[in-house]
Amino acid sequence: MSGAQPRVAAPVGRKDAAPVPAVLPGTRRSARPEMLRAIGPRLLLALYIVFLLVPIYWLVNMSLKTNAEIASGMTLWPERPTLENYRRIFTDASWYSGYINSLKYVLLNTAISLLVALPAAYAFSRYRFLGDKHLFFWLLSNRMAPAAVFALPVFQLYSAVGLFDTPWAVALAHCVFNIPLAVWILEGFMSGVPREIDETAAIDGWSFPAFFVRIFLPMVAGGVGVAAFFCFMFSWVELLLARTLTTVDAKPIVATMTRTVSAAGMDWGLLAAAGVLTIIPGAIVIWFVRNHIARGFALGRV
Amino acid sequence: MAKPRDNRAWLLVLPVVALVAFSALIPVMTVVNYSVQDTFGNNQFFWNGTGWFKELLDPSTDLGGRFLDALWRTLLFSALCLLIEIPLGIAVALVLPRRGWGVAAALVVLALPLLIPWNVVGTIWQVFARRDIGLLGAAVNGLGIDFNYAQVPLHAWITVVAMDVWHWTSLVVLLCYAGLRAIPDAYYQAAKVDGAGAWAVFRAIQLPKMQRVLTIAVLLRFMDSFMIYTEPFVVTGGGPGNATTFLSIDLVKIALGQFDLGKAAAVSIVYNLIILTVCWVFFATTTRGQGEAGR
Amino acid sequence: MARIGFDHLAHAYPGGGYALKPMDMVWEDGGAYALLGPSGCGKTTLLNIISGLLRPSEGRVLFDGTDVTALPTERRNVAQVFQFPVVYDTMTVRENLAFPLRNRGVPAAAARARAEHVAGLLGLTRDLDRRARNLGADEKQKISLGRGLVRDDVAAILFDEPLTVIDPHLKWELRSRLKELHRQVPVTMIYVTHDQTEALTFADRVAVMSAGEVVQVGTPEALFERPAHTFVGHFIGSPGMNLLPCTVEGREAVLAGGGRIALPHAYPALPGKVELGIRPDFATLARDGLPVTVQRVDDLGRRRIARLLLDGRPFAATLPEGMPVPAEPRLALDPARLHIYADGRLARGEA
Repeated sequence: MSGAQPRVAAPVGRKDAAPVPAVLPGTRRSARPEMLRAIGPRLLLALYIVFLLVPIYWLVNMSLKTNAEIASGMTLWPERPTLENYRRIFTDASWYSGYINSLKYVLLNTAISLLVALPAAYAFSRYRFLGDKHLFFWLLSNRMAPAAVFALPVFQLYSAVGLFDTPWAVALAHCVFNIPLAVWILEGFMSGVPREIDETAAIDGWSFPAFFVRIFLPMVAGGVGVAAFFCFMFSWVELLLARTLTTVDAKPIVATMTRTVSAAGMDWGLLAAAGVLTIIPGAIVIWFVRNHIARGFALGRV
Repeated sequence: MAKPRDNRAWLLVLPVVALVAFSALIPVMTVVNYSVQDTFGNNQFFWNGTGWFKELLDPSTDLGGRFLDALWRTLLFSALCLLIEIPLGIAVALVLPRRGWGVAAALVVLALPLLIPWNVVGTIWQVFARRDIGLLGAAVNGLGIDFNYAQVPLHAWITVVAMDVWHWTSLVVLLCYAGLRAIPDAYYQAAKVDGAGAWAVFRAIQLPKMQRVLTIAVLLRFMDSFMIYTEPFVVTGGGPGNATTFLSIDLVKIALGQFDLGKAAAVSIVYNLIILTVCWVFFATTTRGQGEAGR
Repeated sequence: MARIGFDHLAHAYPGGGYALKPMDMVWEDGGAYALLGPSGCGKTTLLNIISGLLRPSEGRVLFDGTDVTALPTERRNVAQVFQFPVVYDTMTVRENLAFPLRNRGVPAAAARARAEHVAGLLGLTRDLDRRARNLGADEKQKISLGRGLVRDDVAAILFDEPLTVIDPHLKWELRSRLKELHRQVPVTMIYVTHDQTEALTFADRVAVMSAGEVVQVGTPEALFERPAHTFVGHFIGSPGMNLLPCTVEGREAVLAGGGRIALPHAYPALPGKVELGIRPDFATLARDGLPVTVQRVDDLGRRRIARLLLDGRPFAATLPEGMPVPAEPRLALDPARLHIYADGRLARGEA
């Protein structure tokens, strides 16, 4: 082994110059790039956030103007701010019932999706069973089916079973893409809980349902929150199916908006106010799950 | 430890299968059924065999040419979205603060566009890009460029792509951010010890560790941009001319506008198969060779 | 390679007390040192201060007399091996090993040659072209080590509990390879661990830490035979040193129960809590001496340890080979191995 010594030493001579360039880039750094290095990232982030917020600001700005002011020319902020547009929405049943209808099917969908996705995700995370992989990918493939493809047959289906124009129709239709997503997210979180927990509980005499609700669910509460967030989100933002499956009684706000647009003339101020109001529920939901959003995506298979 | 094998687990997945099958399988069968028939309204159907498919896949026919045009437009749109959103999303995720009050605030703002109903997203950009009442349109015109997305196809494309970037880049950011947060501090410390600069850290640590979330991001962004309907429809209605008529917009035109159910069904099936194939190929290539030794 | 000095070094996290109490110390160039202590004793804090990942709140760190306190990690020429193996997943073993050199602008060919040489030292030659991601934890840890060895200008290689995730049967192999490496490549190595076996077998000199303080630096023998602090006596050795409260009267220690024990030295007046310490290895069960009761005997294979009660306190002693437990058990203490501690610290006897 003594032969190793000179071999260690040999490259030293050749590399003697190396430590010098290693230090140089540091010392060569002048003040300007150093500053750029510090400010650059923040600038990028700031620009991106401005890019996200300006269009939203513009909508809010417009919702506080009268149609006359909108038509009369560009102003960066409302010259004569008015809440008239909002007042009209809150006093007109055809408007505000749209919000209630939307919330109905969104909440219904979130509840159904979670209810059935929880046991399924548990099965995927804990067991291997006949056709499990194929089933999982079949579920996910439904996420890849354009709503436009389904719109008409889904309309016929729900008309046939008498659910047309009810919140149930929209809630069930949205399940097609929300359940796979919920299973996917929940499975990721559940796989993070060691199986020993299940076994210990079984030995301690817990029945499976009691164990699942009392012990297991609290451990994946974060995942349930994230899954609920995504179900809420995708159901809330979807228009095509929601509009196809309703006419009057269950008409969601998103559909109300499109139909008003095509009515005589453009009531921009009213449209903007309605738009602003559709952003608020989402904003509230994000605030509650802000600490979990980033995690929710990182887990799960693929 | 391997998962135990137990076919009773099927009982737990049964509700999911039943629900999804009810809402998906029956419509899929309906679509397949329509695709081999022709209709002259009033629910009168005639057997048409593979006629629609032959026509669809032959670019010289009316339907085939139309389908191919829309397909190229959609592919171009998806490609543009991915090319802009993925690098931009990675960059923003890298500059997001990792701790402090700014994190929650930034995440909430980032997630905001994701939670806006798609037609409202369309409305926002429809207004925002207008030259008469929109800030963006007016500003660009102020620079001396005659910007009009209702008339000029290029401008319509710019508007629609900008809208999609605005709408969805945050999803890529959130995914990448989650991936970055999962990297143990020791990796960054080791990189410091090894004298790695920011670029070397990105290449050697951050990018490889984000591979999994990036796979999800690319898949989701491909699927959703390829299926896009509501947002561009609200902004441009598929125009000017057919300049922004993507596959789904064309599909709805055929199905509801012309009530050509057989044609629409055939388009649907080919459309869906394209998405499935692309996703499968992408998935298979990115995950190949990773299975060797777990993580 | 460098001599590492600490000059009034201390660290307090904002809003907290000292995580590391003020210390002055010099570690010689080319030595194999271990930092031993229970979790939370500040050993990782000290390690991170040496590597520059953490800036001390007080005092200076000197490499060969040069103040490096303000230098960032990448300018300090230290290498560090972490608790969990850090390898660059997408690179081959060769690329991993060459990475620190490439970052420092070493030409590709030279870096390659150096990487291959280090792979030889570590027994990784056959794996050079494999992806690092597909290797086992022990091989990954070897790569982390290799990335330190590959730079021949490193001042020190730091190990932060490097064997935590290694399978037990491989721990021994890796440890002896480390020792072997230190013999071949005379670079200062600092090894942080809470495992006394690892520390005592690896290091020439062991620094034992407790509650943010280095309580003793010494050879494994010194730590065993002359613990400078009751903590060292207790923490090192299995079972640890016996400690009995007592008072010292001239050359005798008087136990709480009234028993008197002859001491090798006289002691000056001692402040605070005074204790008599003796390792179980030097206390034997005998027919003469202090009366004790035997609770049980543990057979450790090579030796037997009698668990006793002396004045109602637990006490461990050796039961000599072949000797049955006496009917009237008594305890014999080797006077040369008796130590007196005042407030935990070894009291110096008068000549």
